[in-house]
Amino acid sequence: MTIRVLSPGWLTSVQDSGRIGHAAIGVGRAGAMDDVALRLANALVGNAENAAALEITLRGPRLRFAGDALIALTGAAIDARCATQEVPSWRPVWIGAGGEVEIGDMRRGARVYLAIAGGINVAPLLDSRSADINAALGPFHGRGLVAGDELPIGRVAPGRVDRLSPALRGTSSTDADQSDDVVAARWSLDPQPWFDLRGEDPIALVRGQHFENLDASSRRALFSSAFRVGNESNRVGYRLEGAKLRLAEPLGLISEGVVPGTMQLPPNGNPIVLMAEAPTTGGYPRIAHVAAVDLPRLAQRRPGDRVHFVETSLAEAQTRYLERERALARLFFSIAGRLPG
Amino acid sequence: MNPFALEPLGDSALLVRLGDHIESATNRSALALAEMLRAAALPGIRDIVPAYASVCVHYDIAAFANAGAGAAHLLAAERVGEIAAKFLEAETDRSDPVAGGESSLLEIPVCYGGEFGPDLGDVAVHAGVDQRAVIHGHAAGEYRVAMLGFMPGFPYLLGLDDSLHTPRRASPRTRVPAGSVAIGGAQTGIYPRELPGGWQLIGRTPLVLFDPERAQPALLRPGQRVRFRAIGTDEFAALMQ
Repeated sequence: MTIRVLSPGWLTSVQDSGRIGHAAIGVGRAGAMDDVALRLANALVGNAENAAALEITLRGPRLRFAGDALIALTGAAIDARCATQEVPSWRPVWIGAGGEVEIGDMRRGARVYLAIAGGINVAPLLDSRSADINAALGPFHGRGLVAGDELPIGRVAPGRVDRLSPALRGTSSTDADQSDDVVAARWSLDPQPWFDLRGEDPIALVRGQHFENLDASSRRALFSSAFRVGNESNRVGYRLEGAKLRLAEPLGLISEGVVPGTMQLPPNGNPIVLMAEAPTTGGYPRIAHVAAVDLPRLAQRRPGDRVHFVETSLAEAQTRYLERERALARLFFSIAGRLPG
Repeated sequence: MNPFALEPLGDSALLVRLGDHIESATNRSALALAEMLRAAALPGIRDIVPAYASVCVHYDIAAFANAGAGAAHLLAAERVGEIAAKFLEAETDRSDPVAGGESSLLEIPVCYGGEFGPDLGDVAVHAGVDQRAVIHGHAAGEYRVAMLGFMPGFPYLLGLDDSLHTPRRASPRTRVPAGSVAIGGAQTGIYPRELPGGWQLIGRTPLVLFDPERAQPALLRPGQRVRFRAIGTDEFAALMQ
């Protein structure tokens, strides 16, 4: 079973939860920008939550499924169709062999995840199937997909990809229409807790080591003014435009570890939040860090979107993260109970 | 030995700081501490990244949650701090802080100057010597990989002779070829693949610095001792085969 890329959209790449354990040789994490949406998409098709899926950016691809497939779309609000039928998000959808799915522009948000039962089975590299586009590492040499690419899909247990399954049909199978090319489950997840539809929720920051080195007005401006996501933003970093932030006096810093979520301040005064493809080390002042629980939300902002930051403590940031993980664990359990196989 | 400091790096990583300067002894300590943390295999530690004077430790918040919801960062710092304290105690007891930690010496062939080292002339002018003296000075030194960063397999090398310290170029290049051997301020390094960069290019090595398909993807690892050997274009071409 394979998926053929007919057109790639703006930027579509293979992503899992990222590359862990190789940062000492300069290899960063990469992986899904909105890791929560990736995990939910995988759960909806019965995969391990860190299975490889497609990360779709801003405008979607056109894909042909060589065999029957069970897919799920999560993340940004999007229109997707297979021939004349709608492919709704946040639920399992069965696509018949030969089906062509066309995914349109995102109405809100920046990234959609398409998971498929069995996962995208490209060869792992350094323990991950993620494309690190900036480092040119991973499947397809770390590049975004192009027309003609063939994506191998992992094998699935018999019965997991079945359009007549009760998970898709509800309790009654009497209305099953053998001619359908697309069968969407009648149940779906509420995107609300997992996707900020209005894109206005504030993003929580914990102070960085060099926050105190900002001048007084910059310390205020970070939390009181709105920033705009710059056009140069990508999977490596979000460049924020707004109030120029300044240090009270220059710092002589040497390179040391940075992580996704680290907010650096280069000399031009526009802060950069490092994202999934963050380098492993950096030498700019670290004025703040996006709380891990809010990083997927920031990843859904698109160039031009506004961002407000609020200050949080380490304790509160970690408490919110653990609450989210518990809610996700409950959801994964209830989804698994609805799926066949 | 100075005491260490633990600094949070957001809510899922922390830094063990051993110093604020690029200095060989501090860097050796950072590399040795990173090894000790790796060997300790603390549950919930996702990555360990040594740098010039610090070690960055990435952790999984959930793995330290049994300390209470808001106290995971305290427990992570306590566990890492215990190992750092033990390490520094043992290091203070040793007369030579790096005894036994010495790696082998790797020779890196470099074709200096010409099209491979377009900035060799500028480096020579800055040093007030001729190009041959720059080549001789660069190849005579012994270097050690302080850290990797910026890109997979990019080594920051300590040991550049003071006379060869050269400021970065005023306007960075958009494309620096793979294998370029370069000087940036007091540092020297090698570009593992074609990248943008602002360092002064003095030569190029035919060796492949990073290949993810190799058992050891990075040719140079932190702590590796390095020497450069000047080669001509014929040998460069032969080694590229």
